[in-house]
Amino acid sequence: MVSNEKLSGWSVQQMAEKVAHDIPDGAYVNLGIGIPELVAGLVPEGREVIYHTENGLLGMGPVPPAGMEDPELINAGKKSVTAIPGACYFHHADSFTMIRGKHIDVCVLGALQVSEKGDLANWSTGDPQAIPAVGGAMDLVAGVKTIYVISKHMTKTGEPKIVKECTYPLTGQEVVNRIYTDMAIIDVIDKALVVREMAPGVSFELLRDCTGAPLHRG
Amino acid sequence: MINKIYSSPAEAVADVFDGATVMISGFGEAGSPIELIHALIDQGARDLCVISNNTGSGHVGLAALIENRQVRKMICSFPRSANSRVFPELYKRGEIELELVPQGTLAERIRAGGAGIPAFYTPTSVGTPLSDGKETRVFDAVTYVLEHALQADFALVKCQAADRYGNLVYNKTARNFGPIMCTAAKTAIVQCRQVLDPGGIDPEAVVTPGIFVQRVVEVQHPADESLLVAEERRYPW
Repeated sequence: MVSNEKLSGWSVQQMAEKVAHDIPDGAYVNLGIGIPELVAGLVPEGREVIYHTENGLLGMGPVPPAGMEDPELINAGKKSVTAIPGACYFHHADSFTMIRGKHIDVCVLGALQVSEKGDLANWSTGDPQAIPAVGGAMDLVAGVKTIYVISKHMTKTGEPKIVKECTYPLTGQEVVNRIYTDMAIIDVIDKALVVREMAPGVSFELLRDCTGAPLHRG
Repeated sequence: MINKIYSSPAEAVADVFDGATVMISGFGEAGSPIELIHALIDQGARDLCVISNNTGSGHVGLAALIENRQVRKMICSFPRSANSRVFPELYKRGEIELELVPQGTLAERIRAGGAGIPAFYTPTSVGTPLSDGKETRVFDAVTYVLEHALQADFALVKCQAADRYGNLVYNKTARNFGPIMCTAAKTAIVQCRQVLDPGGIDPEAVVTPGIFVQRVVEVQHPADESLLVAEERRYPW
């Protein structure tokens, strides 16, 4: 049953399109590593968005053509990128002043879990065998004005990722503003989950069954 | 006359002592001063506390310094990556210490260290395991955690060009931690691709003012770390 319902939800590409649609003209945006990176290619025509990468570049452009990579021009995922005309470079304290000083408008991140209060867990499963690594995630959620999460609605094993309380170690408390999943777009408003849009074929009842916290109709 | 130019990486790192705290610039390989690190491996100082965003790749540069068992403790934000093998192995065996710090807090602790600020409050990490045991304080109904400044005995930094006064310019995203590490170390040691005459760097374009730099070494053609990793090279060669 679950697999049929997944077929009727949004694809990862469609989820990224939904995020891109909500990024306003003129925004300064930081995209997390992985699926959030898809958003950059999907912003509607006519909007100018400036991408920040926390390793010291404002005005990040697309991946360079093969053979044009520069090992000293990379993004936070350590992949080769380009700089647009009008870009600027800066050191790490300035870069995180942009983040921590609330100068960046939107950050798009992946998630392991999001709670109904907007708590985010996305850096560690708490596995004692794993090497802990946090990078800039905690600074981004503490400092960026609007935090969007893009994530599958459920884990590969069918567990809800949207939960009453996160069981994984937190990245930040009450930081998430909106969640984009393959099933729905959900706002976190006053520590409660409000459904904003559902994917074709997804009913409120089904969404409720796949979510580990109370949902409210928008 | 002021002349901060040293003749070789070996000469520039000769007095790094056992137990020293050493900041090493770089975000991945971008900005990592690989020739200075290799000189430090040859020099052999041990029991080091190293402050660097990552823990190196393959078996060269910072990873080789760790593999040579010269590092007692790492302070960093992201100690693993696709090609980091050395640190994870030692860490799992309990043979190296780790202080995990959010990247912006790491940068700000270094900046504060260079600016004479002993500690500061930040909202980053509040409510997470990384603020456990730390002092917190509420300002305007928001909780902040107290973080202490970082300083070092030495900084090893890579830049693009320098003059004999130690004025520096960097290259693209290889700048990252270099400028703040120069300010927070007693002895900032910088490798540059090119030494220019005084005036050769536009004063309006200087990124690190020379007062923050003690030693400059020209390394015209620094190694490409990802190439060495792909070739599975190991240091010492």
